[in-house]
Amino acid sequence: MTVTRSWWRTLLGLALTAVMLFPVYWMINVSFTRDRDMRKSPPNWFPMDGTLDGYRAVLDQQLPYLGTSLLVGLGTVALTVAIAAPAGYSLAKLRPAGGGLLGFVLLIAQMIPAIIMAMGFYAIYLRLGVLNTVGGLIIADSTIAVPFGVLVYTAFMSAIPEELIQAAKIDGAGALRTFWSVVMPVSRNATITVSLFAFLWAWSDFVFASTLDGGGTLRPITLGIYHYIGNNNQEWNAIMATAVVASVPATVLLVIAQRYVAAGVTSGAVKD
Amino acid sequence: MRRPRATRRPRATTWAGWAFLAPLTVYLLLFFAYPLYRNLDLSLRDYNVRSFVQGGAEFAGLDNYRKVLEDPAFVPALTHTAVFTVVCLVVQFTIGLALAVFFSRSFRLSVTLRGLFLVPWLLPLIVSASTWAWMLNSDSGVVNSALSLVGVGPVNWLTSPDWSLASVIIANIWIGVPFNLVMLYSGLQNIPAQLYEAAAIDGAGGWRQFWSITLPLLRPVTAITLLLGLVYTVKVFDIIWIMTRGGPADSSATLATWSYRLGFGNTLPAFGPGAAVGNLLIVITLIAGLVYLRVERRRYAS
Repeated sequence: MTVTRSWWRTLLGLALTAVMLFPVYWMINVSFTRDRDMRKSPPNWFPMDGTLDGYRAVLDQQLPYLGTSLLVGLGTVALTVAIAAPAGYSLAKLRPAGGGLLGFVLLIAQMIPAIIMAMGFYAIYLRLGVLNTVGGLIIADSTIAVPFGVLVYTAFMSAIPEELIQAAKIDGAGALRTFWSVVMPVSRNATITVSLFAFLWAWSDFVFASTLDGGGTLRPITLGIYHYIGNNNQEWNAIMATAVVASVPATVLLVIAQRYVAAGVTSGAVKD
Repeated sequence: MRRPRATRRPRATTWAGWAFLAPLTVYLLLFFAYPLYRNLDLSLRDYNVRSFVQGGAEFAGLDNYRKVLEDPAFVPALTHTAVFTVVCLVVQFTIGLALAVFFSRSFRLSVTLRGLFLVPWLLPLIVSASTWAWMLNSDSGVVNSALSLVGVGPVNWLTSPDWSLASVIIANIWIGVPFNLVMLYSGLQNIPAQLYEAAAIDGAGGWRQFWSITLPLLRPVTAITLLLGLVYTVKVFDIIWIMTRGGPADSSATLATWSYRLGFGNTLPAFGPGAAVGNLLIVITLIAGLVYLRVERRRYAS
């Protein structure tokens, strides 16, 4: 391939990426736009004469929402890993009779729309009186991540060499000890992948939040944005500033995850 | 009779195996089976707000389902769901495949740019939906500003019944392209480069190579990409609800948004019919998935 040929590819790639990410750019641009410029035609294409009013509004009004989202995200990660990791170990290495059926059930479980789960959870939570609680939201959010988590752990742990587990057994480790001291440390990358997605999905969840946590004091950031849109239609810089802040975890996690993905790819290449 | 040792596992392993599966089993029963059962129960009873809280609603059989099927909103919601799903899948897949082919030859910055393409997929849906809602705003949106530069518009994207469904489709395609790109790109990586070299020696051009090598060998990945896309797209709710709430005049309402509106969107909730619509959505998803699998298998066999 000649140099000129790869240059046009890079240029085209840059152009395509610019088109694809334009909405993200626009979100950032609007978040810095002054109220009086908001309805200007044509709009300001760059945040010149920008303002930080939007971000000031975030600091004043949205911090508790962000805190709740962080709490719900971390709780969902803990619950998901606690359920999915032992199950993945069992399905990958112990393979008890009847375990295959469970794998099929998980596939079906992934197909159920969240709306339907939300309605069932609402009916249950109302009776139990756990609507508008962080715990209730964590459980509901984890239903998005647990089936995925089991599948990832199962796939990853299947690749752990049998000798490693045999060696632990010979050293006198029981099943629990083997799982905790050998399998879990080796499966670090699977844990990172599962945690990452569980956090991201819980952080982004809107369906469960709006149905199960709509009325309490501890509401997540997705509802913060939603009520912003409903209440003050005019302050789009504040709405978009909140959206930018709500996107930070996704961006940070993408950067971290890419490092792990790259590490996985290179380790595979060395083996070949 | 003794079976060979390799196929039979000691009983202790089975016990340990189920012990490790116990949390998941309990979890599935409590947090999947029970809510689904409650949902089914909701759809078979005649609930009002009081009986919803205190219990004792009358068993109504399939009344809720009959009510929903006879509702004038049912056929439009079903049609919108079908149009939304098919258009999103076809366009996402086409763009995703074109991008995957483009990125399959590495060039300067290709890895970074491919990573950046993931961003729309990872953003919270409410962020994407509210950004698109503002971009498509009739008076102050950047899309109409851009269109006016070439003398088109203004289009009432979200407030006209003619355009609302198209608007939510555009936003959802934007979110779905990265997934298709990632899946198809990894599929392309598994096609041996020698095949292309051999085809080039035989005088096949780029277009011919795409149709005769890339597409046929990509078929298994295509099948799983479209199936996952289907399951995901049929149940899309957040985007539509945040951008248009299914409106105006139900012009962008799908089964998912209709179910939500019945159950949670009104001051007087209709949980029974809402649950019934939700259960119809599950049935439709399962049927669509099975039909797709069957067609795909038949095509594969022939």
